[in-house]
Amino acid sequence: MHIPDGFLSGEVSAGTAVVAAGAVGIALHRAGSRLDDRLVPLLGVTGAFVFAAQMLNFPVAGGTSGHFLGAALATMLLGPWLACLVLAVVLATQSFVFADGGVSALGANVVNMGVIGALVTGGLMLAARRVLPRRRGVLLAVAGAGAWLAVVAGAAGTAVCLAVSGTVALGTVLPAMLAVHVAIGAGEAVITVAALSALMATRPDLIGAWAPREPAPPRIVALPQEA
Amino acid sequence: MRRFTIVALAVAVVLAVALSPFAASAPDGLEKVAAEHGFADRGRPARVQERAPARDYAFPGVKDARVATALAGLAGALGVFALGASVAAVPRRGRAA
Repeated sequence: MHIPDGFLSGEVSAGTAVVAAGAVGIALHRAGSRLDDRLVPLLGVTGAFVFAAQMLNFPVAGGTSGHFLGAALATMLLGPWLACLVLAVVLATQSFVFADGGVSALGANVVNMGVIGALVTGGLMLAARRVLPRRRGVLLAVAGAGAWLAVVAGAAGTAVCLAVSGTVALGTVLPAMLAVHVAIGAGEAVITVAALSALMATRPDLIGAWAPREPAPPRIVALPQEA
Repeated sequence: MRRFTIVALAVAVVLAVALSPFAASAPDGLEKVAAEHGFADRGRPARVQERAPARDYAFPGVKDARVATALAGLAGALGVFALGASVAAVPRRGRAA
């Protein structure tokens, strides 16, 4: 789903670059303030795994292939903002070293393959933590649903970027992108759930540590007034 | 954590080296849509990408395409690990002191 240079208008490139830079900025702030010393190696290995898995295109119907994105998996391990940072590192390396994905399109690629999926999965995870029991099956279901949604929403984001740029009409590109990525998203879900299952068997402490296990303490809405 | 890091990095490297030469070569979702709807030829590499060290995941100076892809996977996975860990470490510098 890497957009090359030439597909996007200057305005779309600049706008998405601002959004991507904002997400990376939040991530760097979080990295500096989080007390967990496992963060540095975990961010490195998550990036390496995402890079490796993104190389492994799998066939989907109709002479098309798809590849893993990794935003949902990175979110389960590191939380949504640091997942954006992981994807930004992977996508920048792919663009500058391997000429995969445009340079001026880097912001759009970070938004569509990173930020959107990370926020979707992070939102699902936080919602699940509030209403569902903290169980292995629940976590895997959230990860699988987040992975599928991340790919489909990222494909929609890519279609919108192309349409706003005037490259192709939204009514043409949106259904086409969604049709292919509904299937690619299933592959994303399978890989995400498989990787998380393997991690749960070995290092369950690394999964979802960013999301609080207990519900947040109730906020004081109003102080009782003395009569 | 050190043991986990080494094992997980090894898994990533093995995936990148052993499987990437056999990845599907069909166009991906966006490439396919771009070809079908007539905007694929708008794509062009940026000027800095013409000098990218390993364009299209081919390690430079290696004739065998599969070996070149495998080596690109090895270099990329290790490079992303180093870059990711460094980027995470920079805002933390001095905090532990």
